[in-house]
Amino acid sequence: MSNTTENPGAAEKVVDEIDKFAELPDAPPKKTIKLSWTGKLAAAIVAAWVVVAFIGPWIAPFHEAEFILDDSFVPAGGCAEMLDELYDIEEWTPEAITKYCSDADVTLFLGSDYLGRDTFSRILWGARTTIGISFVATLFAYFMGITLGIGAAVSGGYIDMVLSRVNESILSLPSIMLGLIVVAALGSSIPILIATASVIYATSVFRIARALGQDIMVQDFVEAAHARGEGLWWIITREVLPNAAMPLLTDFGLRLVFVILFISSLSFLGLGVQPPTADWGSMVRENMAGLGYGSYASIWPAIAIGTLTISINLIVDDISAKSGGSLAKKMV
Amino acid sequence: MALLEVENLKIEARKDDGTPIPIVKGVSFEVKAGEVVALIGESGSGKTTISLASLAYTKPGLEFCGGEVRLHGEDLLTMEPLKQRDLRGQKVAYLAQSAAATFNPAITIGEQVTESAVLHGILTQEEATKRAEELYVALELPDPDRLGSRYPHQVSGGQLQRLMAAMALVGKPDLLVLDEPTTALDVTTQIEVLKAFKKVIREQGSAAIYVTHDLAVVAQIADHIVVLYSGEVQEQGPVDQIINNPSHDYTRRLMAAVRPTPTAGMSDDDDHGHGRAEAAIAARGITAGYGGIVDGEPAITILRDINVEVERGDVVGVIGESGCGKSTLARVMAGLLPSARGEIVLNGKTLEPALEDRDRDELRQVQFVFQMADTALNPRQYIGDILGRPVEFYLGLKGEDKRRRVLELLDMVELPPAFADRYPAELSGGQKQRINLARALAGNPEVLLCDEVTSALDSIVGANVIKLLTNLRNKTGVSFVFISHDLSTVGSFADKIVVLYAGRVVEQGPTDQVLSPPYHPYTRLLITSVPELRVGWLEDTMKTREAAAGIARGVEITAVGCPFFNRCPIAIPGTCQLETPPVRMHGDGHEIACHHSLDEVEHSEAETQKVLHGYEKAIVDDDSAIKA
Repeated sequence: MSNTTENPGAAEKVVDEIDKFAELPDAPPKKTIKLSWTGKLAAAIVAAWVVVAFIGPWIAPFHEAEFILDDSFVPAGGCAEMLDELYDIEEWTPEAITKYCSDADVTLFLGSDYLGRDTFSRILWGARTTIGISFVATLFAYFMGITLGIGAAVSGGYIDMVLSRVNESILSLPSIMLGLIVVAALGSSIPILIATASVIYATSVFRIARALGQDIMVQDFVEAAHARGEGLWWIITREVLPNAAMPLLTDFGLRLVFVILFISSLSFLGLGVQPPTADWGSMVRENMAGLGYGSYASIWPAIAIGTLTISINLIVDDISAKSGGSLAKKMV
Repeated sequence: MALLEVENLKIEARKDDGTPIPIVKGVSFEVKAGEVVALIGESGSGKTTISLASLAYTKPGLEFCGGEVRLHGEDLLTMEPLKQRDLRGQKVAYLAQSAAATFNPAITIGEQVTESAVLHGILTQEEATKRAEELYVALELPDPDRLGSRYPHQVSGGQLQRLMAAMALVGKPDLLVLDEPTTALDVTTQIEVLKAFKKVIREQGSAAIYVTHDLAVVAQIADHIVVLYSGEVQEQGPVDQIINNPSHDYTRRLMAAVRPTPTAGMSDDDDHGHGRAEAAIAARGITAGYGGIVDGEPAITILRDINVEVERGDVVGVIGESGCGKSTLARVMAGLLPSARGEIVLNGKTLEPALEDRDRDELRQVQFVFQMADTALNPRQYIGDILGRPVEFYLGLKGEDKRRRVLELLDMVELPPAFADRYPAELSGGQKQRINLARALAGNPEVLLCDEVTSALDSIVGANVIKLLTNLRNKTGVSFVFISHDLSTVGSFADKIVVLYAGRVVEQGPTDQVLSPPYHPYTRLLITSVPELRVGWLEDTMKTREAAAGIARGVEITAVGCPFFNRCPIAIPGTCQLETPPVRMHGDGHEIACHHSLDEVEHSEAETQKVLHGYEKAIVDDDSAIKA
């Protein structure tokens, strides 16, 4: 670095020169969210279950309520012919299955359940019930939660106070207990299940939406819109919601998992989806007795619940990791 | 051997697809023991990244790609992580830009200051506490015995910044890394912090790396300067040589962006002001604040009885320290904060206090430009939409007309049309500020209220924004209320200056007259506090009694008397704190609110140069000790 003296009066001239030292840009934002390999695997699993929820009844070998075999808890790959010869469950070994069922007309891929229905078909049918109910319930929960939560954040004062206190009192009740009481009182039907789940889960959405809304409401760009003279509707829909969308979408996945588990829990307790409709939660319960006989009939639906919920969680983890820790913090 | 040697240091970031983006491109310099080296450059020049490398640390997403950083001859970059950990906070200490963000509000100051030394096992808790108290004394912090048991919110911003220095120095580090430690401070606070830093660095004998974009500050504190641009060293040398004799273009450009110390005759053209034109916007007897209003008196009063007039096409600069109410004044004018008393008059018509009650055309005429362009632009809207909305909202333009007006606005703020399709995050800080201005101009307003629009920007970028504002004023004839805590920015741009202190106007008038004697004592404090681009300025300034008196005490908001009483070197006890000072007229529209007659004020000005009281004498002694 030499320091030879040049024309000392050149300082002013330099400023007006063509921008040799242009203003350095800030780093551009990362727009794409790239999934890790676990995220990709998880996305594939979720996509597969969604496809099954749509086309399950058409690809299932049997109807969900159809009695296929006379015997319950036939192991995976079992068939009717096998049952004619072997009466004792102890004898249903893999060798015996291969021996009797290799030429059979009807074999059950995942065996039969406690009433001799096809477990595989019931899982395919059940995907529609379980995912469908949970998805619709989560949508309703979101609609209610966001409307009231953002509304509370924007209006503040008494409205915020009343809404928040009511919300907290619902939140303080254990969700399963509340669900049990409502369903016990009103009877169990799919609309009642959806309504119950959505009200219960709207409370947590309310809190997130309100917190996000409050954060965004104090930002300068909202104040700028306010100073411009914009109305409440513009501020909510154009300034607040677009900035809350990303965290809310991420939370949607997580909330969906909770609703799936909630519906499954209710079904497991016998108050959820009623027989003969297949539902993963109730399938676990129905076939519990089979565990004693070494049957996997209650394990398969449990695996279905597990793969779906864990996969959704993995995707959510990936997204929140990419959009920085702040998102994860807000969601707790 | 130098204490720290940085040799051919290279640091890279990686894009998503793995292509490297060089951030630091082979930088070499060294820091000798007891020496202060300044890294200077604008944001994005890599100065913070380089300074962090001396702790063997990079921000997430960056990696070291070459070169060496040697402390005592040992390369830090290849060191084991555990040894690196021992080094941080022990041999090298880091001082971040914002003390307010660095301190944990829930833990006492003493605990935080001593934490790292105790954690590293250098000192026991008792020793560390004792050393911390010594440092509080050295840093001239008040009440050193009990300071440790206080919480961060109980001390002022300048004190917190000095406490951070104590935190860094407790473990007796060999090297101190200071990252823009005074950038966020007022000029008056900056002086006290700079002085304390300088003293303590000399006393403790530690070397320091001082990161900043402000050359005037560097001139006061550094021995050696490294000028950076875009991750490369442009020039380096001793401070005298760089300041007095810069050889590189970029250094000269940085020098040119340093605004000269405000003096009379700076405001560029006089054909705008001084004529008795009609006021575009005026504040008459404004009292405003927060909390419930009882009898025209808010629970917390921020502004008291403010009278300010902005003539058509004029630029009125409002200056004062943070907390003096200058932003509040603009918010009252915009209707964002309805005043408790008084009225806002726009073109002879009294406006409703709250903006909800003003009609759309009144809103259009008064536009507010927010300080932080980063947060004032919705990150989810395209620039085209951000500018398009006010065009549609105020002018009712749609479709092709709207688009044309948006492009016109972009052209007005000297940005290319392609920016309409970008998101705010894709723009640099200065460009965002331009968009922020363009949005305010969209509806052809009469008055633009600019709240500290250049404060968050680097000196070069800030100077460009001021240049743009000057052009806009000449082109559009808009009136400006220009709020800043930076007197030199205001001095170079405004026709008229209003000096606010603790919510009251202490002096106002045409720029030339406000910036020349007689001064209000507070105005003089402000003027003497602006750093000059000259080695030794800090020492000279500390000898003035304005600085001594002004720095010793904090701002108090009072309902009666003169608010500056407790910091004023010429206060009259018994009068100033009890009676509201009379407004004295001096020449054409120049008002000073002071109990002293203007002759007395002027006389005391002359005296200042000669008289040294005991208090200031002590400071001078300190300084000569430091120099020796």
